[in-house]
Amino acid sequence: MRREEIFETVREILAEVLNRPVEITPETSFEKDLEVDSLRAMEILAAVEDRFDITVPINVLNEIRTVGDLVREIEKLTEGDHGHL
Amino acid sequence: MGIFDKFSKLAAQLDQVRAFFGGFNVVIEKIISPTEAIVNGQRVILAGTNNYLGLTFDKACIEAACAAIKAEGTGTTGSRMANGTYHSHVALEQELSEFFGRRATIVFTTGYAANLGVLSTLVGRDDLVLLDADCHASIYDGTRLGGVPVYRFRHNDLEDLEKKLRRLREKNPSANILIVVEGLYSMLGDRAPLAEIAHLKEKYEAYLLVDEAHSLGVLGEKGRGLAEEAGVEEKVDFIVGTFSKSLASIGGYCTSNYEELELLRYASRPYVFTASLSPANIAAARAALRIIQERPELKERLWQNAYQLYGRLKELGFELGPEPSPIVAVRFRQPEKALKTWYGLLERGVYVNMVLPPATPGGEALLRASVSAAHTPAQIAAISEAFAALA
Repeated sequence: MRREEIFETVREILAEVLNRPVEITPETSFEKDLEVDSLRAMEILAAVEDRFDITVPINVLNEIRTVGDLVREIEKLTEGDHGHL
Repeated sequence: MGIFDKFSKLAAQLDQVRAFFGGFNVVIEKIISPTEAIVNGQRVILAGTNNYLGLTFDKACIEAACAAIKAEGTGTTGSRMANGTYHSHVALEQELSEFFGRRATIVFTTGYAANLGVLSTLVGRDDLVLLDADCHASIYDGTRLGGVPVYRFRHNDLEDLEKKLRRLREKNPSANILIVVEGLYSMLGDRAPLAEIAHLKEKYEAYLLVDEAHSLGVLGEKGRGLAEEAGVEEKVDFIVGTFSKSLASIGGYCTSNYEELELLRYASRPYVFTASLSPANIAAARAALRIIQERPELKERLWQNAYQLYGRLKELGFELGPEPSPIVAVRFRQPEKALKTWYGLLERGVYVNMVLPPATPGGEALLRASVSAAHTPAQIAAISEAFAALA
């Protein structure tokens, strides 16, 4: 899947979970710009996992601060068979 | 930028609570019995302990602990791997193996250390761990110490568990996958759907570890926990538990049918790099383990108390955990209401545990009442009345 497609799907997921249209760039911060709290973060994660049919290890969650971080992680987990990390 | 600046948000929250109540930390000024203490100069009923069978003041347990101190001293002053393995540590391990009908048992210095010691060692970098999201902090910390990839499924959600097992198995056909769940979850007092989880474990060729910290002596005809009650003991590969709840001591264990469990002793840092359990703690745990087997009526009394409190609080309209159990969790959407009720209960002579976000699932606040076999019907009624006055 191309990065642009992943980005667009993430935008749709964020709009659904946050229940409002969102304008995002790769630099958009979940906490500072979108005011996502830990509960919403879990909902976003669950939606991302279902939509992309992936399972994201919780170890990387602390590293995901921006939309770009999330897109890169999804990219990693959806490209071929690279093992679980 | 001072080293404590990172706690400024926490300090502000504490100040808020203190402004509200003038105090927050409960000090047990005098412990009177398994179910009563003096707090703030006032006699209170303890309805927030993990003393499920009420054995902390049991005569046989106290005598065993005193005799062990006199015979073996106050502490071992050494690691299990050095001078800290006494005959009694080995005897307790054998007794636990016999009790659970398993081949190998390792005793750790606390329940926390048991999870830390097992999970950090058993799971390696090529293995995967799949946790119930509501698992105890010690389980999370164990996997963190091991530095292994950790995945979680929604609490007690079999569909989510299977979805994640399927994905992980497809991507990692030959990896070892360890599923970790608890017998009774400490926050809401609900059981894991263990028979179904054991089935999924076999279907996806995974391993299964059950933390029975709150269910030992509480569930199952013989008190062996949820694995016994659900009839799936042979499908549960590892059981972890603690001595600090129904066994009224301190310490932890892991038991398994895999004899190779013994190898963990040589590799597990939380096992090696700490002093072993003191002789008194070992002796008290051994005495309590015998009592679990000899006095099944304690478990009956515990459940009578659990049903009575759960039923009464439900009648009063409180929002509770999903099923009756010795942990009766009263749920509050607003933390402030939980704080007020908690304080009101204390004023009325009832101590329960208060759990605030982020320690709680779903961002709500909980008053976590727990019952003991040692509570009298009159005490359970008094706890219910205190809640009724605040409903």
